[in-house]
Amino acid sequence: MRQMPMRLGPRPHELIDRDSRFTFTWNGASYPAYRGDTITSALAAAGVRVFSRSLKYHRRRGLLTADFNDPGCLVEVDGEPNVRGSHRLVEPGMAVRAQNAWPSLRHDVKAVNQLVGRFLPVGFYYKTFIAPRRLWPLYERVLRRFSPGGPVPSPDARGRYDQRYAHPDVVVAGGGPAGLAAAVAAAAAGAAVLLVEENHRLGGHLRWSDPLALGPLLDAVVARPNIEVLTDAVVTGRYDGNWLAILHRGAPGVVERLVKVRAAQLVVAPGLIERPYVFAGNDLPGVMLSTAARRLLNLYAVRPGRRAVVFTANADGDAAAAELVAAGVDVAKVVDARAGGDIVRAHGRGRVRAVECADGSTVDCDLLVTAAGWTAPTALLSQAGDRPTFHEGAARFVPSAQLPDGVLATGGIAGDGSLAELLAHAEAVGMVAARRAGFGTTAVPIPELPIEPHPALFRSSTHGIVDFSEDVSSKDLAAAVDEGYDSIELAKRYTTATMGPAQGRLEAVNAIAVVAAATGRGIAATGTTTARPPYVPVSLGALAGRRYQRVRHTPMHSWHERHGATPLVAGTWIRPDHYGDPAAEVLAVRNGVGIIDVTPLGKFELRGPDVVRLLEQVYVNRWAKLAVGSVRYGVMCAEDGVVLDDGVTGRLGEDRYLMTTTSTGAAAVERWLQWWLQVQRPDWQVRVTPMTDAYASINVAGPHSRALVARLTDVDLDRQSFRYLQVRTGPVAGVAGCVLWRIGFTGELSYELHVPAGYGLAVWERLLERGADLGVRPFGVEAQRILRLEKGHLIVGQDTDGLTQAHGAGLSWAVKADKDDFAGKPELGWQRDRGGYPRLVGLQPVDGTVVPTESSQIVEASPQGRRIVGRVTSSRMSPTLGRSICLGYVAPHLAAAGTRVTVRLPDGREIPATVTPQSAHVDPDGTRLHA
Amino acid sequence: MILLPCPHCGPRNTDEFSHHGEHGERPDADRVTARQWRSYLYLRRNQAGWTTELWLHGAGCGRYVLFERHTVTNEVRAAHSTGGR
Repeated sequence: MRQMPMRLGPRPHELIDRDSRFTFTWNGASYPAYRGDTITSALAAAGVRVFSRSLKYHRRRGLLTADFNDPGCLVEVDGEPNVRGSHRLVEPGMAVRAQNAWPSLRHDVKAVNQLVGRFLPVGFYYKTFIAPRRLWPLYERVLRRFSPGGPVPSPDARGRYDQRYAHPDVVVAGGGPAGLAAAVAAAAAGAAVLLVEENHRLGGHLRWSDPLALGPLLDAVVARPNIEVLTDAVVTGRYDGNWLAILHRGAPGVVERLVKVRAAQLVVAPGLIERPYVFAGNDLPGVMLSTAARRLLNLYAVRPGRRAVVFTANADGDAAAAELVAAGVDVAKVVDARAGGDIVRAHGRGRVRAVECADGSTVDCDLLVTAAGWTAPTALLSQAGDRPTFHEGAARFVPSAQLPDGVLATGGIAGDGSLAELLAHAEAVGMVAARRAGFGTTAVPIPELPIEPHPALFRSSTHGIVDFSEDVSSKDLAAAVDEGYDSIELAKRYTTATMGPAQGRLEAVNAIAVVAAATGRGIAATGTTTARPPYVPVSLGALAGRRYQRVRHTPMHSWHERHGATPLVAGTWIRPDHYGDPAAEVLAVRNGVGIIDVTPLGKFELRGPDVVRLLEQVYVNRWAKLAVGSVRYGVMCAEDGVVLDDGVTGRLGEDRYLMTTTSTGAAAVERWLQWWLQVQRPDWQVRVTPMTDAYASINVAGPHSRALVARLTDVDLDRQSFRYLQVRTGPVAGVAGCVLWRIGFTGELSYELHVPAGYGLAVWERLLERGADLGVRPFGVEAQRILRLEKGHLIVGQDTDGLTQAHGAGLSWAVKADKDDFAGKPELGWQRDRGGYPRLVGLQPVDGTVVPTESSQIVEASPQGRRIVGRVTSSRMSPTLGRSICLGYVAPHLAAAGTRVTVRLPDGREIPATVTPQSAHVDPDGTRLHA
Repeated sequence: MILLPCPHCGPRNTDEFSHHGEHGERPDADRVTARQWRSYLYLRRNQAGWTTELWLHGAGCGRYVLFERHTVTNEVRAAHSTGGR
C-alpha cells in the first residue's frame, strides 16, 4: 500500500475530506486518496509524476494545468476512455489506467518515435501515407494503433445520457468571482439566471487566491432562489439567438446531459487561462503552470515538488513562489521576466532535473513553475460574431468594444483591476443583462476595466512544445511556414496544432505567436483561427441523448400481440408482419377469406366546393366526372414528375371526399395538399381533415369476403349494385358511420372497412368470430406484399424511387395530359415525348425456384463488357403459382413481353428471366377483382 | 438555432418548421419552356442578404409562412401568412 509522501498538512481551504480516506487503483496498483481529490491530485500526493505518453513521440507527460484542460492527464477510468484525470474526482475502487502506452507507461515501445523523430516530421501523416493507394487499409490499421484514444466503452455503467431544455433569462458562463457577482445582480433584478461552472465548485481563482472573499459571494448566490447553478458544466456552443449548448456532467445517475438553452442574455465570464511558455523541455514532468502549483497546494494540499525554480512575469507567479516557500518547498531561484530574466531550457529525461537560465546559470530542481501570461478564452464571444483584437501591451486578446446583441462579457476576459473593480463591473453587467431581458428599470453604466501591461512572452530562445495534446512543437510550426503554410488556418491544419483535446485553449495564442514570428507579420495581423462549437469535447452519447420516438399502435395492436404477430416497424407504426406463416396467409386470401389491419393507411376527408379542383391539381388522373359513391385510384407526382404517392379517393357525398394515401406517405401528402391550398391556390375553399387515426381500417379479402361482410352489415353488397371501385357508408357490426370500399390491392374481391377507431378491435374480433366457418384468418403485411406482387401492383418507394417519373412506372394510362394544369404536368409531357426511360415490367426467372434478391441488377453484354440495363425492385416466391415472381425496371428495348433478360444475383451468378405480358402474374384480366 | 417569429404562434425554434426554400412564382404549366420550368424547380438565388423564403410550421399551427430573412445575420424583418384559411 502506497503512502502520500507529497501530501501536506491540513490547508485552510482545501477541498479534500481527510475523514474520508479510501483506495483506488492506478495501472493495477492500489493508491490512497481523500474524498475531493481528483485522480491526478491523489496520484501526485503519492509521488506519481507521469500520467501519459504524448501522442506522437510518446514522451512522458505529467501535470501541467491541474484542471480540466490538463493535456497530459487523459486517462481511462473503468473502461471509459479520455477521462480528464485532473478534473474527474476519484472514487473508492475506481480502476484508472494510462492511455496511449504499451505495454506500460514506463516501458512504452512507441517511445522509439523519439529516436526516429526525424522520420515523423510535421505533416508526416499527409506525406508518408499517401502512396501507393492500395496500401491505405494497412496504413489505416497501423495509424489507428498510434492514435491516443482508448477503446470505446460498451453501454455505460455509470448511468444514462440525457437531454434537457431550459429557458432562463440570463445565462452566466463562468462561476468565478465576476460570474457570481453578475448572476447575483441579474437575479436581484428579478431575472431567472442559469450559472454554469466548469469546475466542481464555484469560485474560480478566489478558491486559492482569496478564499475569504469568496464566502459572501457564495452566500449571496445561495440566497437567490432564481439562480440555478450547474457545476461540472460547460457552455460548449453559442448559436443564433443565444441558443446555447451546455454540457452538464455532474447530475446524479446521468453521465452527461446536453442542456439546450434559449437565453435572452448571455454573460461570458470565463476568466483567463494561464498560458504555457515555449522552451526546450517545457513538456517534462515537473514543469507546470503557476495556477497548477497553486491548485495543488491550496485545493488538494499536495506539494508539487521539493526544489523549485519559479519563472514569473506577474503577481500570480510571485504569489506562487511565496506559497511554495510557505509550504516548505525549497525555491532555489525566482527568474523574473519583468526584470529581463528568462529561462532557456529544462534538462532531464522523463522528469525535470535542472533549469538553464538566460543568465547562464543552471539550477538543479524537480519543479519548474512558469507564470508567463494569460490567454483570454474568447471562443463563446467569437461564436457570437465578435472579433477579439490583440492587445499588444497586455499580450492577450481582448473582446471588441461593441459586443453582439444579447452578449456581455465580464471578469478577466473583459479586463484587469482589483477584485473590487472586477466585482463592480460584473454587478453592472448583471444588471444590464437583466434589464435587457426585461427586468429592472434604471439604466446602469458599465464601468471601464483597466487593461494592465504584461510582458509579451510566448517562446524563449529555444524550441519547445506548443500543442501538448497533439505533440506539435514551435519547430514544426516554423517548418510549416517554411513549406508555405503561412496562414494560421493552414498551419493549424497542416500541423494539427490546436486540433487536439485542448482545442486551442492552452496553445492557440502560442501557435499564433510562433507563426507570426516565422512570417514576420505580427500577432494582430496573423489573426486567430475560427472558434467553432463545441468548446469542449462532447461525447456522442450526450448528443444522442434519450430519444423520444413516436410509436403508433392501431386499435387492434393488442390482439396482434396476443396472437403471435411478428411486429414490423413501418414508419412510425408497428404493424403485424405475419402471424407465423405468410404463405398460408396468402393462400387463405386466394382461396377463402382473410382480414388485414390497414389502419396506418393515410386518410383525409376533403370537404368544400373546390375539392375537385384540388384533386385535379394534385393527381395526374381526371376527377371531374367521379360520381357520388364511386372510387378512383389516383397517382400523385411532384413538380418534377416523380411519383410521390398513390391511393384511392372516394366521393362519399356531393362535397365530401375521402382520400387515402400510402401509410408512410400520409404526412408528406398532407404537407403537399396544404402547400397547394395555402400557397398556390389560397382562394380555393377546401377543408382537409386528417382522419388516419380516426378510423380503424380492415381489409376483408378473398372469394368469401362478400359472404363474410354481409353477415355484419345491411349495406347492399349485391355485385351489381355495389361494384368494384365503389364506396358506401353505413353501419358495420352495429357500429354507425363506417365507410365500405370495394377495392382490391390484393387482386381479390375485397371490402375495406373504415370504422370509428374506438370500435376497431370489436369489429376485428366480430369478423373473425362470424367468419370462422368460412375459414377466415388474419394476414399480415408480408402476405399483402406477396398478394399485391402476384397482382402486379406497385408500391411507391419500393417499385419507384426518387427518379421514377410516372410514365416509367407504367402509369401512363393514368396521366391525363389533356387536362388543365396539374402537379408535374410539364415534366410528364417531356418524359413521354423523350421516351427512352426504363419501364416497370413483370419478370419471371426461367428457373422458378430462384428468387432474385431485390435490387439485383439486370445486365446485358455490350462491346465494353457487361452493362446494367435494369434492376429487380420486388421479388417473392408466389404461393399461388409455386414459382418466383418479380417486378423490375428494364431498358425500353427489353420491355416487350417474352424478352429474355439476364439477372445478376449478388453472388455473381447470372440467371435468365422472362418479361411477362402484364405486370400481373395472377389474374391479369381482373376476373377475381370484379367477382 | 434560429428563432422564427411565426405570425400565428410567436417566436419558435426552427426545428418546429420545415424549410421550403426561396419563394418563387410557379410558371404556367401549359406555356412554360423546359428552361423556365427547371429554373422554377432547381435554381435558387442563394444570395448573401435578404431573401424571401417559405417555411411550414409543421410542429405548430401547420401554416406555411413567408419570412424575409437575412441569410448572413439571420435577422427576420417580416413574416407573412400565406393566403389560405
